[in-house]
Amino acid sequence: MSAFPRSEGLAGSGRSERFHRWRKLLDSITRRLISVGGISVIVAVVLILFYLVYVVFPLFLPATSEYESLGHNPAWQNTEPLYVGVEEQIEVGFSIGRNGRIGFFDIDGLAQIEMTQLEPPGGELQAVAEAIQDPGAVAVMDVSGNVLLLQHRYETSFADGVENRRVIPSIEYPYGAQWRALSNGQAARLLAYSEDDTRLVLASAGASSLFVELSSKQQNFLTGEFSLDSRSMQREIDPGITALAISGNGRWLYATNTDGQVLVYSLNDLSLLQTVKVSGEPITEASMLLGGISLLAGDSEGLVSQLFPVRDENNQTTLQLIRQFEGLGGAVRHIKPEYRRKGFAAVDEIGNLALFHTTAGQMVLNEALPAGTPAALAFAPRANGLISLYKGGEAALMRLENEHPEVSISSLWRKVWYENYSEPEFVWQSSAATNEFEPKFSLTPLAFGTLKAALFAMLFAVPLSLMGAAYTAYFMAPSLRELVKPTIEIMAALPTVILGFLAGLWFAPFIEDNLAAVVSMLLVLPVGLLLFAYWWSHYTGPFKSWVREGWEPALLLPVIVALVYLSLLLAEPLQVVFFGGDMRTWLSQEMGVSYDQRNALVVGFAMGFAVIPTIFSMAEDAVFGVPKSLSDGSLALGATTWQTLVRVILPTASPAIFSALMIGLGRAVGETMIVLMATGNTPVMDWSIFEGMRTLAANIAVEMPESEVDSSHYRILFLAALVLFLFTFVVNTGAEIIRQRLRERYSSL
Amino acid sequence: MSKVNSWIKSGAPWVWLNAAAVSCCILLVLGLMLMIAVPGFGHFWPSKIHEIVTQDDQSRTVLAGQIQDREEVSAQRLRESGLSVPESYDSVRRYLIKVGNRDLSGQDFVWVPELIIAQRSQPLALVVLEREEWGNFYGYLLGLKEDNSLITMATAWEDFEQRLERTSSLRDQISDLEKGRIGSINYRLERLRLRERRLELKGEQDPRAFAEIEEERVALGEEYELLEQDLLALNEEIRRDAALMRTASGEEVEIPLYTILDAFKPNTMGLWGSVGHFFKKSWQFIVEDPREANTEGGIFPAIYGTVMMVLLMSVFVTPFGVVAAVYLKEYARQGLLTRIIRVAVNNLAGVPSIVYGVFGLGFFIYTLGGSLDRLFFPEALPSPTFGTGGLFWASLTLALLTLPVVIVSTEEGLARIPRTIREGSLALGATRWETLWRTVLPMASPGIMTGMILAVARAAGEVAPLMLVGVVKLAPSLPLDGNYPFLHPERKFMHLGFHIYDVGFQSPNVEAARPLVYATALLLVCVTVLLNLTAIRVRNRLREKYRGLET
Repeated sequence: MSAFPRSEGLAGSGRSERFHRWRKLLDSITRRLISVGGISVIVAVVLILFYLVYVVFPLFLPATSEYESLGHNPAWQNTEPLYVGVEEQIEVGFSIGRNGRIGFFDIDGLAQIEMTQLEPPGGELQAVAEAIQDPGAVAVMDVSGNVLLLQHRYETSFADGVENRRVIPSIEYPYGAQWRALSNGQAARLLAYSEDDTRLVLASAGASSLFVELSSKQQNFLTGEFSLDSRSMQREIDPGITALAISGNGRWLYATNTDGQVLVYSLNDLSLLQTVKVSGEPITEASMLLGGISLLAGDSEGLVSQLFPVRDENNQTTLQLIRQFEGLGGAVRHIKPEYRRKGFAAVDEIGNLALFHTTAGQMVLNEALPAGTPAALAFAPRANGLISLYKGGEAALMRLENEHPEVSISSLWRKVWYENYSEPEFVWQSSAATNEFEPKFSLTPLAFGTLKAALFAMLFAVPLSLMGAAYTAYFMAPSLRELVKPTIEIMAALPTVILGFLAGLWFAPFIEDNLAAVVSMLLVLPVGLLLFAYWWSHYTGPFKSWVREGWEPALLLPVIVALVYLSLLLAEPLQVVFFGGDMRTWLSQEMGVSYDQRNALVVGFAMGFAVIPTIFSMAEDAVFGVPKSLSDGSLALGATTWQTLVRVILPTASPAIFSALMIGLGRAVGETMIVLMATGNTPVMDWSIFEGMRTLAANIAVEMPESEVDSSHYRILFLAALVLFLFTFVVNTGAEIIRQRLRERYSSL
Repeated sequence: MSKVNSWIKSGAPWVWLNAAAVSCCILLVLGLMLMIAVPGFGHFWPSKIHEIVTQDDQSRTVLAGQIQDREEVSAQRLRESGLSVPESYDSVRRYLIKVGNRDLSGQDFVWVPELIIAQRSQPLALVVLEREEWGNFYGYLLGLKEDNSLITMATAWEDFEQRLERTSSLRDQISDLEKGRIGSINYRLERLRLRERRLELKGEQDPRAFAEIEEERVALGEEYELLEQDLLALNEEIRRDAALMRTASGEEVEIPLYTILDAFKPNTMGLWGSVGHFFKKSWQFIVEDPREANTEGGIFPAIYGTVMMVLLMSVFVTPFGVVAAVYLKEYARQGLLTRIIRVAVNNLAGVPSIVYGVFGLGFFIYTLGGSLDRLFFPEALPSPTFGTGGLFWASLTLALLTLPVVIVSTEEGLARIPRTIREGSLALGATRWETLWRTVLPMASPGIMTGMILAVARAAGEVAPLMLVGVVKLAPSLPLDGNYPFLHPERKFMHLGFHIYDVGFQSPNVEAARPLVYATALLLVCVTVLLNLTAIRVRNRLREKYRGLET
């Protein structure tokens, strides 16, 4: 026997002893290795699951912060800080004091780097405003309404090598160092400032007057310097204005007052357009959100409201209250928007700090500041830190770990009212060209598209595959069955990219041109088949003997081809009679149904094609596996074969058929290439069979290669993958358990 | 009436409908094959060139081209587009004609309604030129030019063919030089740069090490200079000849011979000539590189990439899958654990392939690959070596994806081996491992083979995960070439399935690329179907073999 290892003889020599020990060792080593190999299959599944969870998990972590007192700067001792700014790396800060001292300081140790004394004509400074479009651009106003525009800029120098990076700050005065009289010398309290590439708006409020200066910017072609072409406006207002803000498009001036209202003034002529009641309490602070569309207003009870202009059916734009954020306890003192996301920080007068995100509608952090309410507060440009200055020269830095504030259960799965939308909607739109874009990460339309595609595929595949399986297993001649089964296996093996390509490039245009033929086929095919079957059952001519029992499908092949051809011929008259000449025009004009070339019908057909073999072979195995004694018993009692199939065989096999359907559904849900190629990939939510969809899987395939590693977008795509994984996990595990149960039951029969 | 009733009562209509469902499935498969095969093969068939004279109200034009498609359009639509169609017509047949000459007319294809065709002929002298750019040229050969002096002869075509042969052999030499030797020098220079960077990172102080590198670099530079001179001379040579052509509309153009890849006269070809041409074109399609943004030429790199990926994948998946199956069938006690493993296997089989892609991208590429780069290839950073998609990670991802296929099929192979054989071996004193290695596995090898073949077929057709883990539309170099260390598992590669998706859906000129997509699809379908049929046959043979032993 060659199976037995050649040994050197059975005499008990040392060599043979060693050889036997070696055999034993080898046996136990391989046993262990093979066990490890077997169990590592479980490890693989668990690894996939855990890795997906590991990537997705940070999405739902709350923000964390680390508070750090920076110490005390003697230069600020005798004044109140009005403004603070910080650069990208959080190494250098910039401050403006009420006494007109401005300058840069080192974050680490607060050493003053540079200091300039401004000479405001009115003596002391009153207010500082920042342009939301440009974090470094600042307007400074003194008590009598004189304004100076300046910019704090930072350059990073690598002159001493990459490791010795140095930040070089500088102050620029883009429109000269002269002060501009905004309020004709009257006392002014509040200031708002907005600037973009073409225009510059300054607004200030005194006790009972509103002053606005509108300027258009002109660039000198030779020097590249900007000059301003300005126009001033003024109007009387009721006292009690608490904050001013200018919309990013330069059309509206928002003012808040002590009655809890937001007043909307046109920047054309300062007419009052609208008054919105936001809160029962006085509003204490307001600011624009990144992008200049949303206004944030905080009241004296700590409630922050988000408002933005909404266009109604009549194309009228009105400011509307969108959502409110709770979490603070006292009057809101500071509202600071982030520079790159739609998040903001708010601080109340009792020293509570809260971080919010508007799209997600959630609070991500709420903490009490150890040193109380600061006099000035600023976000670092990357929103990874908040710097606060206190009266008396103290400063503190709060480092933030807040990677994914835009993701919450509600922003992923519920309707969200996005900026520039007229109502809350489900939208997936993950990226756009500009920085100020509000990402829309609603997975609902994608999940909807996935289910819709799967449903239409199942609608096509289930009847065909189940009926086919029942026939193949129960009625078909064994010799034909041996041909059919491999054909179905080949069908399962066809690459889906081929199905998708044919569906997208050939079938979709074909359906578009022959829509009526599809309708006529639905009618002609079953009727024609039954008529033929009836005729054949009663036919006794010479060909009858050609088709043996169990070979009917072969007989039907030419019949079906002929019927399909007939329906193509019938399509034209059908269109003329019922659909006024052209079915697609009829659809769009009479029914108001829009038609996409790559639609659910095409996907259902193509993906059905991919699902049929899966269901077919499993269901066929199930029906075939039903013990013969059951059907014999039924037939012996006088039931017809059809009765036996429906009443005895199918109920017995039904758990396995159910699990076949589940696995087919799992396949349809996860299929990528077909939907990618045969739909338009637009994330619409519409059950119409003539419209496309975007599925979770196709969305991953399209967007994954472009998403930035560890960004929210990346993790949300992983979440989509996790959803797919879990769905198929549940479906497959369920199906497998049903099958194992069934196997036990059969073995007892 | 009772006849009908009793027929319905017997359930026969239902049985017939069920039979029809089977027929539908079969027809779907056959129809799909036909749908791909006809245009796929048609791509290589030299269809005749028609010279068509069209005459409408205003003008008379002459065009030449191959008929690509025909369809019936409603007369209404044509009237709307400005053509005067007589009232008696309800619909008009029109032809899609590939007229080529994109550099002259700006479009490859024109629709010509049959109505305006005044005259149609197939002149024998019409020539198709396949060019490196601008697609095909259709026209007549007028004469030849050598070094800008015109030579026209009665035997211009024979002379033209000879000169074309000469340029194509020169072209081969040039591409040998550029891709082979100069490419190899560039590759070695890049390796030198990395070696130098590695020394710098290590903080190497010894100037001799750097001097050595510099010396090698100078030597390579000298070698390069020499080759470049050769290249210049060859480039000079190849530009010698030009063909003087006339288009169907009478325009005369001069086409340098080095831009012409192939020339033939389909109208003179008989059946055998056409068949010969068909095989020649099919062969070129398989062995040539793609041109013009993948819309022309061959698909060799895609085939090569697919094969390499599949081979590497088999190396990973086979041992792992076989071990898992052996554990399940031979070693494990059947119980909860094996049930869980079976559930896991089923899950692996059921998880959508795109999820494997996501996992491969995140875990293999960014996590594992990123760490590998930091540990072993710091000199190449910040450009990633293994930290980006490539052949290796794609193979590994697909190995995971095809694992259940191998496990299931190996298990089936093992299950068919009768117990008596194992018991016989054990009774003779063999250990379990010896029984497995010397009797069970050899007998189960057809099952393992089946699994491998099915896995390969699956991997060859899978696209979605590959899009995330390293497949590209155009790879600059092959993953296995003549440069040390020969196999480059970190390189990106091309893949047949992705090629279909990319050319069919992402290419700028979908209409022109469509025949090529069909041909690629046909190849892919043939490969998968053949592999599957082989697997089915191997499996059936295995079943037959052990049928007698089972009882």
